[in-house]
Amino acid sequence: MTVFDTPILNEESSLERGSAHEAPIQEIHHDSPRKLNQFRVSDVLSMVGALAAALSMTTIIFTILAPVGGVLGFLLITYILFVITYAILVSFDETWPIVRDRVVLVAVHSLAITVFATLVFIVVFAIGRGLSALPHLNFFTQDMSLAGPLDPLDKGGIIHAVVGTLIQIGIALAITIPLGLTTAVFLNEVPGAFSRFVRTIVEAMTALPSIVAGLFIYATFILMFGLDKSGFAAALAISVMMLPIMIRASDVVLRLVPSTLKEASIGLGADNFRTMWQVTLPTARSGLVTAIILATARGIGETSPVLLTSGFTAAFNADPFHGPMVSLPLAVFQFVKSPEPNMIARGFGTAAVLMLLVLVLFIIARIIGGETVAKKEARARRRRQFVANLVEAYRLLAGALATLVSKISSRSSERARSMEARMNSERRSAVASSPAPKENE
Amino acid sequence: MTIDTPRKLTGVRDRVDLIYRGVTRSGGIIVLVIMLAIGVFLGLRASQAITADGWAFFWQQAWEPDSGKFGIAAVLIGTFLIALVAVSLALPMALGTSLYISEYAPLGLKRTLIGLVDLMAAIPSVVYGLWGFFALQNSIVPIARWISQNFGWIPIFAVTGADPNDPLATNTLFTSSTFIAGIVVALMITPIMTSIMREVFSQAPIGEREGALGLGATRWGMIRSVILPFGVGGIIGGTMLGLGRALGETIAVYMIISPIFVIQPHILQNGASSISSLIALKYGEASPFGMSALMAAGLTLFIVTLIVNFGASAIVARSRSGASS
Repeated sequence: MTVFDTPILNEESSLERGSAHEAPIQEIHHDSPRKLNQFRVSDVLSMVGALAAALSMTTIIFTILAPVGGVLGFLLITYILFVITYAILVSFDETWPIVRDRVVLVAVHSLAITVFATLVFIVVFAIGRGLSALPHLNFFTQDMSLAGPLDPLDKGGIIHAVVGTLIQIGIALAITIPLGLTTAVFLNEVPGAFSRFVRTIVEAMTALPSIVAGLFIYATFILMFGLDKSGFAAALAISVMMLPIMIRASDVVLRLVPSTLKEASIGLGADNFRTMWQVTLPTARSGLVTAIILATARGIGETSPVLLTSGFTAAFNADPFHGPMVSLPLAVFQFVKSPEPNMIARGFGTAAVLMLLVLVLFIIARIIGGETVAKKEARARRRRQFVANLVEAYRLLAGALATLVSKISSRSSERARSMEARMNSERRSAVASSPAPKENE
Repeated sequence: MTIDTPRKLTGVRDRVDLIYRGVTRSGGIIVLVIMLAIGVFLGLRASQAITADGWAFFWQQAWEPDSGKFGIAAVLIGTFLIALVAVSLALPMALGTSLYISEYAPLGLKRTLIGLVDLMAAIPSVVYGLWGFFALQNSIVPIARWISQNFGWIPIFAVTGADPNDPLATNTLFTSSTFIAGIVVALMITPIMTSIMREVFSQAPIGEREGALGLGATRWGMIRSVILPFGVGGIIGGTMLGLGRALGETIAVYMIISPIFVIQPHILQNGASSISSLIALKYGEASPFGMSALMAAGLTLFIVTLIVNFGASAIVARSRSGASS
């Protein structure tokens, strides 16, 4: 918003106000859809004026009348006063529906800005507080088994949590990808009352509380089968949580495959399996990969199932079947429970690593998900072109080299020849001259 | 899909197709069995505690399973209070954000914002918990104090022990409250609500939009007369899905609240409770019978979220937006 361009706007504003008094012109002004997206000078002015009035009123309230305290309170009161003043200012010039429109505009913008600013703040806050732990290389190469809570940050690290997370999510993916995709295919390809029922159940399960998933695995795997808490149990709990998310996302993606493609395949004599394997799945591939990655991002960040089923350890453990195995979010949780500032810094550092992992997964998902057939084709063409160029360049280079070599060799052979000739001539002259002394003798 | 129907009438499926159908069907069956097993096994484990406790399970507030005095009255009400605070804060935020994305945002920004909302939904809950505990708590206490001083005559905003005439009173009365936990959970459920509402809003018929604008409506007039009536199913369904999430949230709530086991109707006051944080708190020290009691609590949470989710998906599906969500 160009709120502060006042010097230029001031001159025009008198014009604007002059014309605003002529009612018919004004009405045409508002009805024409052209004006929908534009800010007029009077709008900007009333906004700046309202902001100034709100700020000054809030300052008065805060300093003299009733101190509420806190930056957040100041902002809140300023905002409320701003909206009220702005509505009053606009109502001087405009009709009631337009005043309402303006107030909603301000409200919607500010709500959206609040939400996105808070998101950015949450991410920046976690990374910022973790910065003191992140630069130490040992943070990524050691575990916490030898580092106590009072140890400085150059001792101990989170390698055990990184490895634990990777192993757990790996096992979970090995379970959920085949099962989830098969079920999504089933929902799409075998219609009927049964698949409708499965779909309803899956949809209701997408918001399954993660602690219930953990509790379920605890009840079966650990209490019923009598097995130890382990990384594998945690992976199972994460799988139970990821499965509905993945099924639902891939179900939507598969539904989007144009039925003309499938019909064409069937019409050419392919059976259902071939159609699925060679037409539907390849068409939906990028969407399916996105679904998998999004489910992975959700699964990686879950704390409570791991807390219940795997337990905490400070030591490195790469064996998913024996002994507790910690994951990144659980490590964050345990670190910040400690009152020691160094442990809290480690917790924030771990959270930063975790978020980075989620962010990378997400970016990969966006790149793959943004892939269309046309884009892929264009890239393949570029690649082919590149290879062709490479081949061409190589050929040119080889040609140049060949001519160079041949030139060099010809030159050298020439030189050799000329040398030979010179030598010959010398020899000849020598031969010619040598008899002479003989003859002279 | 329609492609199967003619085949079924005329032809015989070959063996590959039969195997293929069998395999996919078994995938569906496995998933169904897993999902049903959750309820069955929790119920089996919980039965010991529930039969021992009887109906007292639903009205007792304390949680001392080993002395036979335990019930979910306090934690269930605490769970609902946190979810209620969360939803009432998240609803305007999600509504505003989704309207902004679908109606106000410049075209170039739209895709980025949609991606950002999805990313927000994928941020681990423990990170939200960190933020709530280390950043939000301190800046929100003055506001909580202000609300309780000026609106303390409304029962839920009252804080027992707070003296409105003493501005230097200790802050600890206002920390770790239902209110703060609710704010954090609100931020966690806003993205999912936003993305559902935005999807429904963006499917509002273009002809009706243009018709409204062409008849001289302001943008808000168009939103109120076309977009909101069209998307009301999405708004309700998205809100209920958010409610389901809010009911089940564990770690962020656990990090913020200081658990108590009496019904705490004062949302601004220190001390709150929820089923999921009860489980996370007590599972480590629980005796076998205590574990059974925790399973009963988990089963209650499971059933409640299931009901909420079923309602949500039914409402979303019945709205004009069809199979959009």
